[in-house]
Amino acid sequence: MSCFLCNSSLGKKLVMSVTGCALVLFLLFHMSMNLVALISAEAYNAVCAFLGANWYAVVATVGLAALVVLHFVYALILTIDNYRARGKQRYAVTVNEPGVEWASKNMLLLGVIVVLGLLLHLCHFWSKMMFVELMGQHENALGLAPTDGAALIEYTFSNPINVVLYIVWLAALWLHLNHGVWSMFQTVGWANDIWYPRLKCAAKVVSTLVILGFAAVVVAFFVCSL
Amino acid sequence: MDFKLKIWRQKDAKSQGAFETYEVKNISADTSFLEMLDILNNDLVHAGKEPVAFDHDCREGICGMCSLHINGHAHGPSQAVTTCQMYMRKFKDGSTITIEPWRSAAFPVIKDLVVNRGAYDEILQAGGYVSVRTNSVPDGNAIPIPKADADESMDAAACVGCGACAATCKNGSAMLFVAARVSSLAKLPQGRVEGARRAKAMVAKMDELGFGNCTNTGACQAQCPKQISIAHIARLNREFLAAKFQD
Repeated sequence: MSCFLCNSSLGKKLVMSVTGCALVLFLLFHMSMNLVALISAEAYNAVCAFLGANWYAVVATVGLAALVVLHFVYALILTIDNYRARGKQRYAVTVNEPGVEWASKNMLLLGVIVVLGLLLHLCHFWSKMMFVELMGQHENALGLAPTDGAALIEYTFSNPINVVLYIVWLAALWLHLNHGVWSMFQTVGWANDIWYPRLKCAAKVVSTLVILGFAAVVVAFFVCSL
Repeated sequence: MDFKLKIWRQKDAKSQGAFETYEVKNISADTSFLEMLDILNNDLVHAGKEPVAFDHDCREGICGMCSLHINGHAHGPSQAVTTCQMYMRKFKDGSTITIEPWRSAAFPVIKDLVVNRGAYDEILQAGGYVSVRTNSVPDGNAIPIPKADADESMDAAACVGCGACAATCKNGSAMLFVAARVSSLAKLPQGRVEGARRAKAMVAKMDELGFGNCTNTGACQAQCPKQISIAHIARLNREFLAAKFQD
């Protein structure tokens, strides 16, 4: 069993599908949590305190990091396999096949942008919140309490450069999820000709909801800072 | 009609190939693509030159022998036909047509436009069959099969094994071919019995032969001359995963 998840093409794809699904569920949770910041700074900080350096939050963070690493490492392995399978000699003329989304052919590129955005995001928030608490400190580099998430959002998105970077990041994530969300159903075999339009529509709805939820917080805090 | 042809020429599997340009003149609009190549080869032979090698057999769209990547399309720009069923009226008079062999590591070029598609045969030999008694012909109605299942099986069985799916796929994946073979048998009671063994054996062989991993782009179904749906790939995924989880 463990073998086929490492050796077989469909086993490797299953890992991509399951880790991808878990990450989409996390994004939905994270997005919902962020929306609290639009309603009340106190309520958002209460969520931040709940998800601080408590054992369950640390365990969940480690689990999440493992999911991202698995998803990314498997993507690299699959891409290297695919590059070899394509052969050295490439076509001189290629076309865009009808019905083939651009995102589906550029998932690794989009994934790399998403990971770069994630690293920036960890620098902006995680390193100034949970990490500070884990180090046993009560104040981050900005002089804020590590549980004062609302103030950190306010500070980060008063900078227009950060706003632009986050919007680009979210756009890449939107395209990645457009393909990823329906593709994970196809990979485990839960799809057919009747369900393709439904799954693709659901993928658009989920990816748009996730992105709009995140972008709303970024834009709202930027506008308030003007 | 007149055309300029940019054709991949390669002496043998080991040589480096390159494009060469040819001209064909006074081609009737109703000439099939392969007949146009026959006319070119006739001219080349008369001029004492080596004719262009290309694969073909039945020339009625059912054998899966013809191939060719024409102007970026597997089997040319016509939808749902093999190269032999495509006609020159599909092209603009005076245009340049680029003709390449299938490009995939598992389909090495043998000569000019001919590639070795033996890898597909090997996948079939690994499990694309039903182990039955070879006595007298059984009664066709002995096992009732629902019409919808028979239709779906037949849709998958339309696969001619031409290799366009793997040749089109940016990952060089043979999933549409393997899925069509697995699916056509999985939908019938006679094939159902060996479903788990078949899915595992064919996928293992496909991986062993160096085909890539499916990333669900759907480019294969867009270029398939038999319009086989990627829904069959979903069924193969189901069959394979169910079989593996039972191990």
